[in-house]
Amino acid sequence: MLRCAITLATAAFLCCSGAAATAFELDEIAPGVYAHQGQTALMTAENLGDIANLAVVVGDEAAAVIDTGGSVILGRQFLAALQQRTAKPIRYVINTHAHPDHVFGNGAFVATGATFVGHKNLPRALAARGEFYLSSFRAAMGPALEGVTIVAPSLTVADRLSLDLGGREIILTAWRTAHSDCDLTVLDKKTGTLFAGDLLFLRHVPVVDGSLLGFLAVADALAKIDAVRVVPGHGPRVAPWPKALDDQRAYLTRLTADLRAAIKKGEDVDAAAKTAGQSARDDWRLFDDYNGRNATTGFAELEWEGQ
Amino acid sequence: MRKISFRRSVLLSLALTLASPALAGPASDPWPGLVTDIFQGRAMAGGDGVLTLEAPTRAEDAAIVPMTIRLADPVRVKKATLVIDQNPMPMAAAFAIGAGSGVGFISTRVRVNSYTNVHAVAEGPDGALYAQAKFVKAAGGCSAPAAKNMDEANAHLGQMKYREFKSSEAGRREAQIMIRHPNNSGLQMDQLTHLYIPAHYIDRVEVRQGDALIFSMEGGISLSEDPNFRFSYAPNGAKTISVEAHDNKGNVFKSEWPIGEAS
Repeated sequence: MLRCAITLATAAFLCCSGAAATAFELDEIAPGVYAHQGQTALMTAENLGDIANLAVVVGDEAAAVIDTGGSVILGRQFLAALQQRTAKPIRYVINTHAHPDHVFGNGAFVATGATFVGHKNLPRALAARGEFYLSSFRAAMGPALEGVTIVAPSLTVADRLSLDLGGREIILTAWRTAHSDCDLTVLDKKTGTLFAGDLLFLRHVPVVDGSLLGFLAVADALAKIDAVRVVPGHGPRVAPWPKALDDQRAYLTRLTADLRAAIKKGEDVDAAAKTAGQSARDDWRLFDDYNGRNATTGFAELEWEGQ
Repeated sequence: MRKISFRRSVLLSLALTLASPALAGPASDPWPGLVTDIFQGRAMAGGDGVLTLEAPTRAEDAAIVPMTIRLADPVRVKKATLVIDQNPMPMAAAFAIGAGSGVGFISTRVRVNSYTNVHAVAEGPDGALYAQAKFVKAAGGCSAPAAKNMDEANAHLGQMKYREFKSSEAGRREAQIMIRHPNNSGLQMDQLTHLYIPAHYIDRVEVRQGDALIFSMEGGISLSEDPNFRFSYAPNGAKTISVEAHDNKGNVFKSEWPIGEAS
């Protein structure tokens, strides 16, 4: 019965994959810059892990892919859509950090011969978490995990790296622990387009998997980057820069203030996790999935203040 | 003696974990095997009236899941053990309760890898065991029981912080001890990245008021990064609280603080 359902699902996928180029939306948001908008959702077998924004920058000679989506099936759709828009080779696949919705599609790009690029801490994060993610997403993703392997970068960025796509320079910047411990941004200088990865959330409540204070500090540093638009990790595929940072900053600031007040009162982490940040609940999607976690993570960090 | 049995249980647990995918599916219950490994297969009574385990029904953050063991009458408990059944190293912490310490509760934070039962087991002065269990759903999304900021924890290795709180329990004080430590399980040589990170974790902590033991703890990698203990105790008139912590690499961390006048 289960096998039957899987076969049907596969057949449905195959019958639709011929139309993948139209099903997989990949829009030109600036000359030579393409972006795909992920759903604001958790990864499931039905959405194939299509929950993060993905992008491509095309130069005179080659293209760079920025994140690959939450499954190889999705990554293949992304690759097919991209190959309809350019015949230029993919020189780089850049992962903005280690989370599954950004890297599980890497396997679809291995055969292109592209060089995988990431933060200097990305190999360590993938080594520490990769196997865990493959097993922990088994229940939610099921057959959509087909072919997913952990692909680590061969080119890493400790601070800043310029890559040439032929008449087009992109600047990669590695940040201190913020959303995670391996956040990397990409700036396309030609169009002033910043690819923020999960250092920027819109609509989807921000997720803190590194450092709450680091996230606030890095977002403030990002604001100084000379760009006109941003592709956030989650939310609309493109937004004005740096105004797009405002909502996230407000949420993280409020969460920080609530947690500091709870810690000062002597509350424990369980109690604080239930209340901190709750006044922002109506402003964000997936709030109940992540706010308690952000509060827990932030509490454990802020407790060390005032040493 | 206790240390030997703990190490042995760790090795057995790791061996079980490595073997488990071939032996059994996720539906199998590891508890009977853990009773054998950690508690020598001894019989256990229900925990009602002896201890209470407080755990969230769903872990918010897989790396930081708060757990509290409350003792109804500390005189009746000499040891309280916290076991995360499905974790790679299930024995999270074994607390030896100091005689006359009056410990009313101990809260700590653990890693929870997957949907799991959590057991708290109290051992009475006569060796009788009492157990209580809670089921904890795993955290969702990209939450992982891994380090968030390993570089930060390593940069401040062994740094401690002490806090006091007003206790809601009559005749007791409440305090918190925090220890900076990555407390990580390490990695075998990773085939993909060729990274090797050795295991590095706090394995023993002793907390005293003056010379008198409040509690000691033997633990492992199921405790969260930056191990954290909040507890109540009956004051004995001592002027200081002191902590001595050891890790598996032989580091020893010591701190001492004056006990406040308040509360």
